[in-house]
Amino acid sequence: MSTGNSQLAEDGTQRGAANGTPLLSLRGISKSFGPVRALTRVDLDIPAGQVTALAGDNGAGKSVTIKTISGLWEPDGGELLWEGKPVRLHSPKDAEALGVTTIYQDLALCDNLDIVANMFLGHEPLRRGLLDEGSMELAARHTLEELSVKTIRSIRQPVASLSGGQRQSVAVAKALLHQSKLVIMDEPTAALGVAQTRMVLELIKSLSSRGVAVMVISHNLNDVFTVADRIAILHLGRMVAQGPISSFDTQVVVEYMTTGRSSRPVGDGNVPASVTGEEK
Amino acid sequence: MDETSSGTETATEVEQSPAEVEAEEEREAIDAMAVGAPAELLVDSLGEYLRAWGQRIRSGDSGALPIVVGLVVIVIFFQVERSQFLSSLNIVNLLVQAAVFVLLGAAEIYALVLSEIDLSVGYVAAVAGFVIAELIAPPVNLPWWLGILGGFGVAAAIGLLQGSLITRLHVPSFVVTLAGLLFFEGIMIELANIDKTAVGGVIGISSSSPVYKLVNSNMSPALGWILLVVVIGLFALVSITRAARRRAQGLSAPPLSITLVTIGVAAIGGILLVFVCNRNRGLLITLKGVPWVIPFVGVVLLLWSVLLGRTKLGRYIYAIGANPEAARRAGINVAWIRTFGFMFCSLTAGMAGLVYESRLGSMATDIDGGSLVLYAVAAAVIGGASLFGGRGKPIHALLGGILIAAVFNGLGLMGISAAGQDIATAIVLLVAAAVDALVRRRGSAIV
Repeated sequence: MSTGNSQLAEDGTQRGAANGTPLLSLRGISKSFGPVRALTRVDLDIPAGQVTALAGDNGAGKSVTIKTISGLWEPDGGELLWEGKPVRLHSPKDAEALGVTTIYQDLALCDNLDIVANMFLGHEPLRRGLLDEGSMELAARHTLEELSVKTIRSIRQPVASLSGGQRQSVAVAKALLHQSKLVIMDEPTAALGVAQTRMVLELIKSLSSRGVAVMVISHNLNDVFTVADRIAILHLGRMVAQGPISSFDTQVVVEYMTTGRSSRPVGDGNVPASVTGEEK
Repeated sequence: MDETSSGTETATEVEQSPAEVEAEEEREAIDAMAVGAPAELLVDSLGEYLRAWGQRIRSGDSGALPIVVGLVVIVIFFQVERSQFLSSLNIVNLLVQAAVFVLLGAAEIYALVLSEIDLSVGYVAAVAGFVIAELIAPPVNLPWWLGILGGFGVAAAIGLLQGSLITRLHVPSFVVTLAGLLFFEGIMIELANIDKTAVGGVIGISSSSPVYKLVNSNMSPALGWILLVVVIGLFALVSITRAARRRAQGLSAPPLSITLVTIGVAAIGGILLVFVCNRNRGLLITLKGVPWVIPFVGVVLLLWSVLLGRTKLGRYIYAIGANPEAARRAGINVAWIRTFGFMFCSLTAGMAGLVYESRLGSMATDIDGGSLVLYAVAAAVIGGASLFGGRGKPIHALLGGILIAAVFNGLGLMGISAAGQDIATAIVLLVAAAVDALVRRRGSAIV
């Protein structure tokens, strides 16, 4: 897969070897739809084992960004670095082969199938030509326990009978089961109650503590500040600020989201070249 | 995994009203509970198992219960009205009558689970019937098994064609198979026209041909018993080893007593069936033994149950029926799986065509494929398949097909006309669908 679809840069090995290389870096990514510039030279780092929040108002380019990372759309310019090496994602399959899982708001679960069947959909192990239900059930149970999901009574119940938070758990467990390295979650807490939201935020932390890079798209800044290690803010297709969550507060984030600048700029060198104009 | 605490949980929940269960759901989001197997798999004793089963029915997952109850009511009614209803002769007759409905219903299950519909199954059955009849009759005179293979092959090819039109050109299945209904009626008449031996659109089937004997010939009583012992033995072996393997893997499995009860019930059912068939039901001559069509339908249903329940193809058919987008994102080739679904639908319809012509001893253009497809859908829906996709099993077609045949048969015994039979079938269909909807709406309080 990788030999056919990804292109190694000549100096790729050197850069990749450096410690602390983010799992995925976007460098100068641009994407236009006809005359509309959806993304303009966006730089973004997504390190492993951390939760990166992607914030921005409606139309800021969040969706385009995650669709670029999950291989749905190819960028017009710029490059994607996976573990420091340039990759090209022509289709969602390429992204999946790298270990990128995107959990959309609709969660893509089949209501009539049970939790185990949903977690293994498309990847069922076989035993003598038939579905190996036993090993699927064991692996599913193990994964849910690993994520400390305790609210699900039976993993053989149909997904239709689950609450919103439990459905999120199944989607996340599915990603962990397939050993994803990067899990992108689109508005994971939208439409959830207080207890359910807390449960999903715990789930996200638990996922990142297993070394998985998590990117969360959320409008809810409370959730962002609860769960994220880093934040990146888009405004009208440009990356206006990114850095550790500790150097931001709610007011600064809101200013960046609404106006693209802040009265108290977070200028710790994390603001990418596309904003400051300097070339690396 | 704490089995005892989960068991207690099950016991306490039995007492809850739906509103309380909803509150329980909220608490669940906070309380820690064990991740485990279904409630009835966590229990250790027979009594607890039955309680868990009762709870599941009350929660809306009624399974086959309403249809079984309905069947019992209908059987009691007809037996009271006409004492010959439960005679050996009539029971065997009823089962043979049901075979065509069951197979057509099983065909329709594939389309319904995919959240599609196939209106062409009646005339696809007719075309397959004509192909088989013409291949084994003069002047072609092929061996019977080649004729059957030919008919099934044509049926499967029709399914592939219709499936491809639906999935590649994105024409709705309703339209494609409605066109198929008309088209294959025409093809059937053409097939009869081409064959000069088909006088008046009727092709006879030689009574010495296995195609004729499928319905009209019985296995010897001894063979019936031997086959029953083998089938029950295999069923017991599979049930017990599966439960043992699950326990060895550290998974929960139903207690041995449950497995034994299930095997016992199956054995009693099988013994009753073979006993009834093996009694002399002839009026003038001796007539006894299990008609070959019964194991034929049984094997088809078993194969389709394995295909739908235990293979990737079947799993994907259910997934696509519920959420095609999720299936696509999981890397499933949705177009091909759908096409295969329609292929198996038409193939099963071809099998129904074989049983149809075997029962009549001939194939004629007066076959009413338009009504047959409606009975096919009715059998599937009465049995418990959903018209909205994602739910349905071959066993549902068995129950629904037998129920429709029982209504026809019983009203026939009472001397009620075809008009009355249609009206009664319509009412049964509506009652079955309404009971199902009611039971499931109670369940939706929890879902």
